[in-house]
Amino acid sequence: MGKVILEVKELTTKYITRFREDIYAVDHVSLRVEEGKSLGIAGESGCGKSTLALSLMGYYFAPLHYTSGEIVIAGRNITGMKPDDVRKMVLGKEIAYIPQAAMNALNPTQKVISFIEDVIHAHDPSVGKKEIHDNARGMFETLGLPAEVLQKYPVELSGGMKQRVVIAVSVLLLPRVLIADEPSSALDVTSQKMVIKMLRQLMEIGFVGSMIFITHELPLLYNVTDEIMVMYAGQIVEKGTAKEVVFDPLHPYAKGLMGSIIVPEQGLRNVKLTAIPGVPPNLKNPPSGCRFAERCKYVMPECKTNSIGLRDLDGERAYRCILPEKELRALYQREVKTNA
Amino acid sequence: MKNTLRQVLHSGKFMVGFVILLTILLVVLVYPLIIKDSPLGIIGQGTFFPPGIYVSTYDSLNAPKQYTLLLTDAAAKRIANKMSNDDRLAMKEWLVADGVPASEIDVTKTASLLDLWEKNYDPKKNIPGMIFAKVRYYQRVNTSVQGLLSTEGAIIASKNAQTGALEQASTINQSDYVNLSQVANVRVLPLGTDNFGRDVLTELIRATGVSLEIGLVAGIVATLIGLSLGLLSGYVGGMVDDVIMFFTNLFTVIPSIVLLILISFSIGQDQRGAFTIAVVIGFTSWVWTARAVRAQVVSLRNRDHVNLSKLSGHSIVHIIIYDILPYIASYVVMALILQISSAILIEAGLSILGLGPRTTEVPTLGLMMNWAMIYQAEILGKWWAYFPVLIVIALITFSMNLMNTGLDQVFNPALRD
Amino acid sequence: MPDEKTICMKASGLTKVFGLGRQKTVAVDHVDLDLYQGEVVSIVGESGSGKTTLAKMLLGLISPTEGDVYFLGKKRDLSSQKKKQDYWKNIQAIFQDPFASYNIFHKIDDVLLDCIYMRGGRKFPSEEKTGLMAKSCGFVNLKFEELTNKYPFELSGGQMQRLMIARIFLLKPKILLADEPTSMIDACSRATILEMLMRLRNETGMTVIFITHDIGLAYYVSDKVYIMEHGKFVESGTADEVILHPKAAYTRRLINDVPKIYEEWDLSTV
Repeated sequence: MGKVILEVKELTTKYITRFREDIYAVDHVSLRVEEGKSLGIAGESGCGKSTLALSLMGYYFAPLHYTSGEIVIAGRNITGMKPDDVRKMVLGKEIAYIPQAAMNALNPTQKVISFIEDVIHAHDPSVGKKEIHDNARGMFETLGLPAEVLQKYPVELSGGMKQRVVIAVSVLLLPRVLIADEPSSALDVTSQKMVIKMLRQLMEIGFVGSMIFITHELPLLYNVTDEIMVMYAGQIVEKGTAKEVVFDPLHPYAKGLMGSIIVPEQGLRNVKLTAIPGVPPNLKNPPSGCRFAERCKYVMPECKTNSIGLRDLDGERAYRCILPEKELRALYQREVKTNA
Repeated sequence: MKNTLRQVLHSGKFMVGFVILLTILLVVLVYPLIIKDSPLGIIGQGTFFPPGIYVSTYDSLNAPKQYTLLLTDAAAKRIANKMSNDDRLAMKEWLVADGVPASEIDVTKTASLLDLWEKNYDPKKNIPGMIFAKVRYYQRVNTSVQGLLSTEGAIIASKNAQTGALEQASTINQSDYVNLSQVANVRVLPLGTDNFGRDVLTELIRATGVSLEIGLVAGIVATLIGLSLGLLSGYVGGMVDDVIMFFTNLFTVIPSIVLLILISFSIGQDQRGAFTIAVVIGFTSWVWTARAVRAQVVSLRNRDHVNLSKLSGHSIVHIIIYDILPYIASYVVMALILQISSAILIEAGLSILGLGPRTTEVPTLGLMMNWAMIYQAEILGKWWAYFPVLIVIALITFSMNLMNTGLDQVFNPALRD
Repeated sequence: MPDEKTICMKASGLTKVFGLGRQKTVAVDHVDLDLYQGEVVSIVGESGSGKTTLAKMLLGLISPTEGDVYFLGKKRDLSSQKKKQDYWKNIQAIFQDPFASYNIFHKIDDVLLDCIYMRGGRKFPSEEKTGLMAKSCGFVNLKFEELTNKYPFELSGGQMQRLMIARIFLLKPKILLADEPTSMIDACSRATILEMLMRLRNETGMTVIFITHDIGLAYYVSDKVYIMEHGKFVESGTADEVILHPKAAYTRRLINDVPKIYEEWDLSTV
């Protein structure tokens, strides 16, 4: 087991709406990221995966509020730190964050190099311009980005290039953890591949210690991450290695999700996809029992009343279901037989 | 829809602006029902009577019943009020010449000044170096001061109809009072009169109404022109768009105030009614509405819901009315509010230049400013002739801009905090 | 079950040029296309390849600079509103962004009623109209009783897109053009929508054109695949031919760039 860089224990955060309602978008989430590993978070929109990303940084601003739990980065507990301190001491250095559509966040009137100057100067005003330029050029070359990009304005760059520039700028301070929230979903496939390649490169070279990758595109997640966590309605419903979760999902929701993967590979044309009926529950007043009960094929009366915890299996594997592993597998097997 | 309305009503800015405007409107509507005077009726013989309550002197003498009130400070107040500033200074001058230290004399304190005067002044006293004319002058001052101090009443005489001789009709004592409600003619002029002797308040309220009407007509004219041109050029596109945008750009570069001055001037003083001016303002200020509406329509034209409406077989007219207009309605309402407030300002500007509506029919806010300026109210310090007008103009435009910003925050989520 | 004999729609030399002079861009460049009755066809391309422009020309929403579209053997004629209406009874579309596809001021009932009217149901008794609306919603697993008097934006993206399918269910066009119908939707709603679209096609035998950037989706659903680059088709053929044995370099690159699950995803090729 490698060195643990980020450890989150029972983190709960909520949104307070304008009408004073509490929405627990992240509900008792625990996770652990080791050095050199990447963790993927999957789930449909509204399941709380983006909120989790925001919450992990310990940087809360209305309407998002911290409720309980602990975030420990490299041995330092950052829960309860003032937002200002978090910004100065944690963001950028410890955790870098790439939000969705980050490429549109570039100021169109600034050259790429001046973003880099801004970032460096925000943390250390004493660094000289020459030094910054040399370092930036070196870094861009290592990452396979052409150095002339530094002197260009964002409008002169393609979407994929902009996104890669944003990623390069956000890892300037060599953060321990990089959180990437749908970093490639607005791009075409070729740019997407370049972004993915760059993210893998960052880990290999050691520009970032470890990575948390958030997307709803499962084939992508499978190819980028070592471990996958499936979220549903603010809770973790399954976690394990990428291979385990994709090819051998235990939770019925994860199973449905994995059954909806479409890839252009032989033998996958017109296979039956699993569709999950219904919509996720409203988090203003979540169901008391299993949150997936309403949409679950295998629902039993107890599911709706008993509160259900994560069942830990060997290693990092865990899932949230009322049924033990054996019975679940038997259930799935029986279904395969009846279909056949 | 209901939700949007709720948000509008929850917007603090909008509501403050709305309440101010509503108050102004209410006053404009209700005031004429209570005070039925003609707004341009000349009531004052003379210019710029200051604000106050005007009581008919004749009627107060003949008020049905006289009351006697013995008020301790009445005499002091009367003397203080009647003693002129010149007299006070003259008294001080004599006292100083007589040897009283100047620092002990305060001309604003009537009682102590009179005290010193009574103690020191002697008409026979000869102060060295004082010329005779000056001595006589101080004696006259003294007489008037003694007159002030006298406690005798005034005698009212009336002319005998047959003999023509004056006969004593009654005496009025200093302690006689009249109940204001029993005086037949009392006129409150909260804002005094203007240069022509017209009641400024009545005039101002009518002028506010007329200016709002001008603003509304001009705003509607400008919005209608801008909206239809914008819709046409935005939705139809192609040549139509090019031609309309050419004219719109032409109008954009010509300053509209120059155009307005030229048009107003060429219409001539006699033809310029308030309505004409409103229409002229409307015709010169549609440009920005047209451009903005066009920009919105161009982006809407390619939206999928418009495509879907086409695929459902709807005609262009149907699409414009049902699929485009509702989307820009909020924007058009905001533009209308701004057009109204700017039209009111433009009218004021034109009228100050003497190119506003003709002056004989109705007052407008701009005309009132114009009159005040021509008769030098600002130099003479007659603030009531122009300051209230300024306040009203400012309040109207402020409230409308506030409403506009409020609406903007509701309809443009990017501005919401 | 495509009928290999009847050509349902044919495009020849279809070209669209935007702008003039130096700003001239050729979005679609002399494209020929034969659509057989009942086929499912995908047109795959990256953004800027001209696939959406091609779709809009086929739909008759924009007129081609050059070239003709033939519908059921006859040259397409869109010269009057009436003729357009007739054409649009036969070809309908589902657009990419469900949130932009609905008029936010119209209720769900209006959307569905519009379709009933288009099929000549204006004079139907109101029970029949309600029945039809309920049936169409039932087809896409929505409950009409819960939707009536609601606005589309009160639904989730997936539900809105399903409502679009309900619309197609009512209109029963000969050709359905689906322009990236699932690209803005979660993976698990995507399966639902594809399943419904395919069920509808199997019931009505309509021809479906998928416009997509997702080569996986194209492979999954279609009989025939067209690969589009810079306004031209660089490769076409049956799905298995094109995806499993690509000939054009561009196709190979597209397939390479999509993440795989069973095979190794080769990251070295970019």
